[in-house]
Amino acid sequence: MANSMTGPDAEQGSGASTVVSLRHVSKRFSNGTLALQDMSLDIEKGDFVSLLGPSGCGKSTALRIIAGLGDTTEGQVHWPDGKPERGDIGFVFQEPTLMPWANVYDNVWLPRRLDGESRAAVTEEVTETLEMVGLGGFAKSYPRELSGGMKMRVSIARALVTKPKILLMDEPFAALDEITRFKLNDDLLHLWEAHHWTVVFVTHSVFESVYLSNRIVVMAARPGRVAEQLGNNAPHPRGEGFRTSEEYAHLCRTASEALHSALYQPEMPEDEIA
Amino acid sequence: MNVSPAERSNNARAKRAAAPSGQSNAGSTTSILEEEAVKSGPDLRAAAARRERLLRIILPVVILTAAILGWEAMVRIKEIPHYILPAPSLILETLVKDWAVLSVSLVKTLEITFAALAVAVAGGVGLAVLFTQSKWIEISFFPFAVILQVTPIIAIAPLILIYVDTIPVALLICAWIVAFFPILSNTTLGLNSADHNLRNLFQLYGATRWQTLRYLRLPAAMPYFLGGLKIAGGLALIGAIVAEFAAGSAGRGAGLAYRILESGYRLNIPRMFAALLLISVTGILIFLTFSLLSHLMLRKWHESAIKREN
Repeated sequence: MANSMTGPDAEQGSGASTVVSLRHVSKRFSNGTLALQDMSLDIEKGDFVSLLGPSGCGKSTALRIIAGLGDTTEGQVHWPDGKPERGDIGFVFQEPTLMPWANVYDNVWLPRRLDGESRAAVTEEVTETLEMVGLGGFAKSYPRELSGGMKMRVSIARALVTKPKILLMDEPFAALDEITRFKLNDDLLHLWEAHHWTVVFVTHSVFESVYLSNRIVVMAARPGRVAEQLGNNAPHPRGEGFRTSEEYAHLCRTASEALHSALYQPEMPEDEIA
Repeated sequence: MNVSPAERSNNARAKRAAAPSGQSNAGSTTSILEEEAVKSGPDLRAAAARRERLLRIILPVVILTAAILGWEAMVRIKEIPHYILPAPSLILETLVKDWAVLSVSLVKTLEITFAALAVAVAGGVGLAVLFTQSKWIEISFFPFAVILQVTPIIAIAPLILIYVDTIPVALLICAWIVAFFPILSNTTLGLNSADHNLRNLFQLYGATRWQTLRYLRLPAAMPYFLGGLKIAGGLALIGAIVAEFAAGSAGRGAGLAYRILESGYRLNIPRMFAALLLISVTGILIFLTFSLLSHLMLRKWHESAIKREN
């Protein structure tokens, strides 16, 4: 069982199936903070990668850089199949980030609307996506009428409506209660098992990362960098059984140790990059 | 994905809270006593809520009526002459008797008020949009807006009346100056208050400037704009009246302020009061109209228009 956790080489495989790779990416904010240092990461097609780390380790920054929401200070983001086009990237924020003045349907319509599609033209796509996330009957509801978990589902539907090549999720369930979080984890995992999207999932929960992903990138803080990469070959479909299994407990322990040693890694001198 | 029971029950609770609280009464066969006994907490609470709603209307009406009756009584008992303080009944009588004159003036004042408000909305929103497109435009032009705002209109009005030949246009400019600033500053604030993550989302999907403005910034600014409109409506009326006063007899045959001046010269105090009453009522109606408009536009989503129970 121990060998189901392996440490794949970060530099490997810029193969044909790579969706995006970060190459020696560093990011320094204008206030001087070094958020990321020399991060290299390949995301393969169909991967479910978790970026796991304490707050301030740059995992959200890395996600935003992949999304193109911020420039790198050094290094490149390489897309082997060409630069992503509009709708190729789905992004789910930590908050639902819905437009409060628009109902559920219109919120999910937004990415297609920015493509110039009319409300009527996308009825099928929007309805289909809403049903997929379990919100079939809620198209006309306004965000304020929904619970936190349901708002998050709308946010996920919005990210999926363009059928993105890669789905980026920035601690999407961190603000939810545990029962709702488990439920959403299950549902997300089942959707992934059915569709095999490429997902990059930022989290600070060891349990969440082990449950969901097939690769865990453990990150260390100050400056943010990759500390260790762990493979997770536990078979799918995963469910309640997996959550209570010995394998799961073992994987969690390994990941916890990796996180722990990342937490207490000596802070690196910054002048290497400055 | 399926919505979990926990999530659903949350939603159901929200829906129930939103549903009208009046519940159907028990069947006609049950006696009143039984009905009383059956009455549960929610019923009692609904009754209390109804009582509060009624009191909210009744109380101010009763107090206002009492004040007016007291005024009337005082004038009659002390036999105060009408050229010093007319009784409310006489003011109403004058309002009816002089309606032909006063209504013409009212229309004039309303024309100036709404024309100024329309220009203020167009100018305020337009300039706010321009400001948010470039901070350099904002930095360059914002001082002018502030200068216009802080200089008392009563002090500028005589100048404007000298420079502008047509009286109605001069009045319009005065009313516009006071009405314009709240719309500009509120809308600018609103346009800049769009959620940061949503802005990122628009950027992610390659939204054009126009799309971001149309689908994100303008809707986000709506509550702020409507708040500004409520203030500007009242200010446009005040601006119009002040300008009419400054115009004085030059504004012959013009609006309500001119009527007040003219009545003052003739010691026709009841008519002064009647004109004053019309101005107040107009101001109140403008405020109520914009409050209603604001409520109707925001009730579906904005915190300010949503009733919550704790």
